[in-house]
Amino acid sequence: MNIGFYPGCSLKGTSSEYAQSTIALAKAFDIHFTEIEDWNCCGATAAHSLNGELAAALPARILALAEKQGLNEIVVPCAACYNRLSVAQHEWNEDPALKSRLSEILGMPLNKKCEILNAMQFIEKYIADKITEKVVNPFDHQVVCYYGCLLVRPHGILQFDRLEDPQSMDELMRQIGAKTLDWGFKTECCGAGLSVSRTDTVAKLSGRIVQDAEDRGAEAIIVACPMCQSNLDMRRSHIDSYLGKKTKIPVLYITQAIGLAVGVSKEELGLKKLFVTPAL
Amino acid sequence: MVILSLTINDIFEKINMEKKGYISEIRLNTHVNVNRCYQCGKCSAGCAVSEEMDYTPSRVMRMLQTNDTENYRKILSSESIWLCVSCQNCLTRCPMEIDIPQLMDFLREKAIQEKTVNKKSKNILSFHRAFLDSVKYTGRLYEIGLVADYKTRTFDIFQDMDVAPKMFAKGKLPIIPEVIKDKKQMDAIFKNTKQ
Repeated sequence: MNIGFYPGCSLKGTSSEYAQSTIALAKAFDIHFTEIEDWNCCGATAAHSLNGELAAALPARILALAEKQGLNEIVVPCAACYNRLSVAQHEWNEDPALKSRLSEILGMPLNKKCEILNAMQFIEKYIADKITEKVVNPFDHQVVCYYGCLLVRPHGILQFDRLEDPQSMDELMRQIGAKTLDWGFKTECCGAGLSVSRTDTVAKLSGRIVQDAEDRGAEAIIVACPMCQSNLDMRRSHIDSYLGKKTKIPVLYITQAIGLAVGVSKEELGLKKLFVTPAL
Repeated sequence: MVILSLTINDIFEKINMEKKGYISEIRLNTHVNVNRCYQCGKCSAGCAVSEEMDYTPSRVMRMLQTNDTENYRKILSSESIWLCVSCQNCLTRCPMEIDIPQLMDFLREKAIQEKTVNKKSKNILSFHRAFLDSVKYTGRLYEIGLVADYKTRTFDIFQDMDVAPKMFAKGKLPIIPEVIKDKKQMDAIFKNTKQ
């Protein structure tokens, strides 16, 4: 089994605990990834905001490299990278002229349709049926699962989960013993790429998310996106000044939560890297 | 045949563009037909940032429908097009499936070309540019470099002075940038993708 892995830039820096916990969780189920060699940035918000063709070309190089390295599927835990790679792949598959132009720029073919799996899709495909028997520390807490934008939209292209009320993360959390709560912000936006340039807007949007989670009595917010995680966690001091009170709810990656339940150590899951320390 | 007829249509649209104004130009570049919007307002209701915008998404659509160059200029110099975070809620909930996020991408590119970037939004553009420059030089995002570059562009030297030390202490900010091997291919990508 040769499963490719595309960490992306955030998972090498500010969100390294997401890469760490994904790799550690896979390892607990005897799965080892092959990282795409010499991968580049997917272009994120910046590329599609300023240059549509660049926004397709950067993912094209990544998927062409995966193809060259014999990888038929790649795990992309970062929701933003997952979104950009999936959307760009869809664009060139729909537009043969774009596809040949991208191949020409890269000097590499773009033939195979490499399958792109987000964190939940990877877990569902390779781990989910073995989780229950492996749980040693049931995650006995009330949680809200926060999906944000990039995992579920645009639905026409991604075709992942339900659009307004997704369930995949909730189901995985229930499988490890958590009680998942209904709440109003599952797929609302955290402010995403405005984190540095409009911190005030991000504090407001993320503040409302944190507020609703606490109001519902959740003990943790579970996420699968490094942008969501850093806006809700690293920006907590800004959120607290916007809300005018101190909020305490931690923000964990789904891979950290499942990792804890199946007995992976806190160190391996990078729990110390979270700004709001989970008292779980 | 469908492909062929589309191409012929596109050629006609191009010829008639000046006569027909910017609505055709938008349609040719984004496949968005602004005239399909019937102003239900769902986009503005679901928009994450509409309360911050000078023109809400449905208002942008209405102004574009007038095919009036003065309205177009207002949109191209608006804050709205830069505040849009591409959360895609508008497209998701639009009963006519109008791809407003793609339209916003087009309007941003156009605003740069026409040099009408909204003054209050220049730091958003600076961030995007600093981001892409980092990717251009190293192939990957170098976060310390990004923030330093952003600060020199905006003179906003205090940005993130409060969170950076904690990020560093928690091992979230690698000091040495990761540089990809095939720099040549990266250069080719940046050189050959048009904006």
